[in-house]
Amino acid sequence: MTDLLRITDLRKHYGALRVTDGVTLKLAPGSIHAVIGPNGAGKTTLIHQISGTVRPDAGSIHLADHDITTLPPHRRARLGLARSFQITSVLPEFSVLENVALAVLGARGSAFGFLRPLAAEKRLNDAASTVLARVGLAARPASLAGALSHGEKRQLELALALAAEPKVMLLDEPLAGAGPEEAERLIALLATLRGHCGILLVEHDMDAVFQLADEISVLSQGRVIANGTPAEIRADPAVRAAYLGEDF
Amino acid sequence: MKLPLAIFALLALVPILSALGVPLGGFVPLLLGRVMIFAIAAMSLDLILGIGGLASFGHAAPLAIGAYAVAILDAANIHDAVIVVPVAMAAAGFFATATGAVALRTRGVNFIMITLAFAQMIYFAAASLADYGGDDGYTLYSRTTVLGAKLLDGKAFYPTVLVVLFLVWLKLRIIAASRFGRTLSAIRQNRPRAQALGFNAFAVELAAMAIASALCALAGVLLANEAEFVSPAFASWARSGDLMVMVILGGVGSLHGAILGAFAVVMAEEALGRLTQHWPLLFGPSLVLAVLFLRRGIAGIGGRRD
Ligand SMILES: Nc1ncnc2c1ncn2[C@@H]1O[C@H](COP(=O)(O)OP(=O)(O)O)[C@@H](O)[C@H]1O
Ligand SMILES: [Mg+2]
Repeated sequence: MTDLLRITDLRKHYGALRVTDGVTLKLAPGSIHAVIGPNGAGKTTLIHQISGTVRPDAGSIHLADHDITTLPPHRRARLGLARSFQITSVLPEFSVLENVALAVLGARGSAFGFLRPLAAEKRLNDAASTVLARVGLAARPASLAGALSHGEKRQLELALALAAEPKVMLLDEPLAGAGPEEAERLIALLATLRGHCGILLVEHDMDAVFQLADEISVLSQGRVIANGTPAEIRADPAVRAAYLGEDF
Repeated sequence: MKLPLAIFALLALVPILSALGVPLGGFVPLLLGRVMIFAIAAMSLDLILGIGGLASFGHAAPLAIGAYAVAILDAANIHDAVIVVPVAMAAAGFFATATGAVALRTRGVNFIMITLAFAQMIYFAAASLADYGGDDGYTLYSRTTVLGAKLLDGKAFYPTVLVVLFLVWLKLRIIAASRFGRTLSAIRQNRPRAQALGFNAFAVELAAMAIASALCALAGVLLANEAEFVSPAFASWARSGDLMVMVILGGVGSLHGAILGAFAVVMAEEALGRLTQHWPLLFGPSLVLAVLFLRRGIAGIGGRRD
């Protein structure tokens, strides 16, 4: 089977700083590929390039059979690429439900409807309610997204990605700032997604990474210094030296 | 919901009272007629400025385009709204689409400056129309009729403007609550997020500019009829600034706030204009105070935004 996501020799520099230095990655259908590495390794910049908010200097990105290297972010989203942001990024003036209803609309519908109120679009809102239940926000559909607690915003952030029913999800530290209980719930949720969509997971929580990942790539100074199964990564001396050291 | 209906009820009271023989004089309907015309223009600006967050400093351009559509067709002896209104709206919509496609490549201050520059182009283009009076402007032979009826003349003028204002408000309210309006608002709130959700921000914003511009042309048609005259001054940057002030003063994004903002600006011009010809010197500071102390504009006083 062809890979869902194929990143080939991707390069990006800011001045003299090589933030992405020849990264090659693959994401197999239905699998979870974790990208770990110290702060400043270039993980978020990599996600930005895949989602289209940052242009790479060289290299290519394929989503299934499409070369998406130069497509704008919204076209990538319509092809089935959804993402969460490391720094929570929701629509603060809208209710939780409306945030997710717009995510459903953005992925599958057209924004060019001028008559019917969005709030009366039953199919969009029903789909949104289902997603809210899955991330554990079913009790708060009417709350303003801007007024949620940090942990709830993280749940909403994930709901926005899930709502698209994407082929590939890019998750940039989805557990950051979530409490231990919320983290456990989100880890369980992500585990249920295995087999349904491919997930590129950037995460600092090593317990989560080793529980969830089918494959792990270790990024350091913009370069993939190791790649393999969780067991292989755990045993890799170079990885221990560069990164895992204290946690292990 | 209550405040906008109260505003429309008050506006409707004027022709009712004068029909009942209450001596309002010609002045009150004349002034409120102007308020309503500018309210239509300001409300259309509120779609892109308030809901879409696009600070266009060139919204006098579609106003002038609407007015000049009346003048140019007047010279060709075409006076009926059946032709005048579609031509005015299409011309303004086309202008916004062409200039918006360029302006939307920029953000922030650059967007403000480029929309201003495009409106100045309309100003100078109008001044160069020698057949239509050039700098001096053009006096209409005849007011616009509606299917032959003189609905923009005499006593009928005020009720007609009120109906147009109401319909524009209703239309914009419906748009604001629709997929399109909510997406436009989402793009203002968080552009990267909206794009990551799959929305083509550029296309949505461009469509919003075209709609706002076409609706503003209606105000231009009414303004030309009210004055029976058009001139390049309709497109002046000061006029664009007035429209922005009306929206901000009234309360951005509220739509009906634009009526209150237009009322405040037209009255302030009238009152301060009697005190001194340097009224902008007084108006500027009071605007700064209003923006500082009325975060949601006049429409937001004593309650939440409707
Ligand atoms: N727009 C930018 N301009 C300059 N440097 C940047 C920019 N974005 C990121 N960087 C730098 O690139 C490096 C990698 O950042 P980032 O991708 O956020 O790392 P990570 O997510 O792995 O912590 C950091 O040193 C950061 O300062
Ligand atoms: Mg990061």
